[in-house]
Amino acid sequence: MSILVIAEHDHAALKAATLNTVAAAAQLGAQLGTEIHVLVAGANCAAVAQAAAVLAGVARVKLADAPLYAEQTAENLAALIVANAGGYTHIIGPATTFGKNLLPRVAALLDVAQISEICGIESPDTFIRPIYAGNALATVKSADAVKVITVRTTAFDAVGQGGSAAVENIAAGPDLGLTQLVGRELTKSARPELGAAKVIVSGGRGLASGENFHKLLEPLADKLNAALGASRAAVDAGFVPNDYQVGQTGKIVAPQLYIAIGISGAIQHLAGMKDSKVIVAINKDPDAPIFQVADYGLVGDLFQLVPELTAAL
Amino acid sequence: MKVLVAVKRVVDYNVKVRVKADQSGIELANVKMAMNPFDEIAVEEAVRLKEAGIATEVIAVSCGVTACQEQLRTALALGADRAILVETDAAQAAELQSLAVAKLLKAVCDKEQPGLVVLGKQAIDDDANQTGQMLAALLGWPQATFASQVVIADGKATVTREIDGGLETLAIRLPAVVTTDLRLNEPRYATLPNIMKAKKKPMDVLKPAELGVDIAPRLTTLRVVEPAKRQAGVKVADVAELVAKLKNEAKVI
Repeated sequence: MSILVIAEHDHAALKAATLNTVAAAAQLGAQLGTEIHVLVAGANCAAVAQAAAVLAGVARVKLADAPLYAEQTAENLAALIVANAGGYTHIIGPATTFGKNLLPRVAALLDVAQISEICGIESPDTFIRPIYAGNALATVKSADAVKVITVRTTAFDAVGQGGSAAVENIAAGPDLGLTQLVGRELTKSARPELGAAKVIVSGGRGLASGENFHKLLEPLADKLNAALGASRAAVDAGFVPNDYQVGQTGKIVAPQLYIAIGISGAIQHLAGMKDSKVIVAINKDPDAPIFQVADYGLVGDLFQLVPELTAAL
Repeated sequence: MKVLVAVKRVVDYNVKVRVKADQSGIELANVKMAMNPFDEIAVEEAVRLKEAGIATEVIAVSCGVTACQEQLRTALALGADRAILVETDAAQAAELQSLAVAKLLKAVCDKEQPGLVVLGKQAIDDDANQTGQMLAALLGWPQATFASQVVIADGKATVTREIDGGLETLAIRLPAVVTTDLRLNEPRYATLPNIMKAKKKPMDVLKPAELGVDIAPRLTTLRVVEPAKRQAGVKVADVAELVAKLKNEAKVI
């Protein structure tokens, strides 16, 4: 029996979240003494399979390279995974929108529970996961023969390279033809990915407009080589697109340094960033809840303080 | 086309939850309950489809204790036409997990034959984000999760989804399952006349056994604890002090 990791990728390269997922699989693999396999399903994605093959701890890469996986639809991917599920005790993916969309479908087809967004592994069948926006941690034990899991990527340090796994081609599954991609509008940015950035500069309603958001935060983010994030309020107000959102229902991040600017600190926002190593808050309201989690708080007018901070770095 | 919408009774989002002293779960005694906010968005979307002449009937479904009727009445007041409660006892409801709910909803779909099922993308209590995907799998239907826009035309749904990198638009065959994200719509408030009217709308109560569904939990919760609290730090006087602290004390820049 082995552990199967579902790779998230863009057909050219692995997404960083896959490395954290392999790390969680490695913990399980060490406890069980079993191999880790990575499934790469895509179109013209041999480079991804090669990248997965050199990850530390990976014993085998299964590659399903076919046009029907170009769009990465949950329906076709789930059918492929279920057809290849034999021999695996655990099927694991990242708790990204990719993994959250896919793994519950896989679990239901296998008639097993799915365990969402685990942040700790107690034993091969017992996992720790956040509930209530991270205000509580539940330890749950699975009675199913196959554990289908998504992994909170910030809770597991990415694996490095050093493996030399064999790449095995596997047959493509059926094209169910249920879903068709119309288009994607992906945010193009030279900045680091939010989920993998060491520093994040994040803005909230206090910035008052999208124009201010970019004018004030981008120079600071440039200085720090930081990713840009936002509170739900800033996204709802249309300052920035949805993919900037950090929080319970947005992205969960844990950078070395998180700078919250004009963010009051609603519970659902804190749920997405309170595991950051160092938190800085800049807010004009000295009683804002964000100061209860911030290591360093600066009370004042962000329109004056942020340019000052940018200049001082 | 019938539209089925799923509704979960959860702790109100304004409540600061507390963990029980015996670590068996969350304190629910005397806590305000409400409809899961993502499900309100789902109800709103279904009602708008009816107002647009696309849906012929909106059916709200909930699974759990008798008190879930409150949330179903809310859905009826918001514009759903009728409601179905799949009723369990309190002990079963406490461990009614996503797979079991998906199976119950599938059984309801088999009876009602909706053209579209709309669910919230996740419930704010267990944050599982599974039920819609599982229901789609069990029905063999396409799924469009985390929707920020839904357009129904020519027997298909064109759904814009909020994904990590931005937005993705899918065309999916009907019948299908859609789960709602925050920005799909802004739910209306129930008016008093509509709340009164909702009391007269039909509500069926079924048992899991009548639907032939085994709702036994697959996961056992061993304990629930509070996470380690983050200590509040210090307030700094000015930018110069902040930069000095980040460089010399925290060593992160």
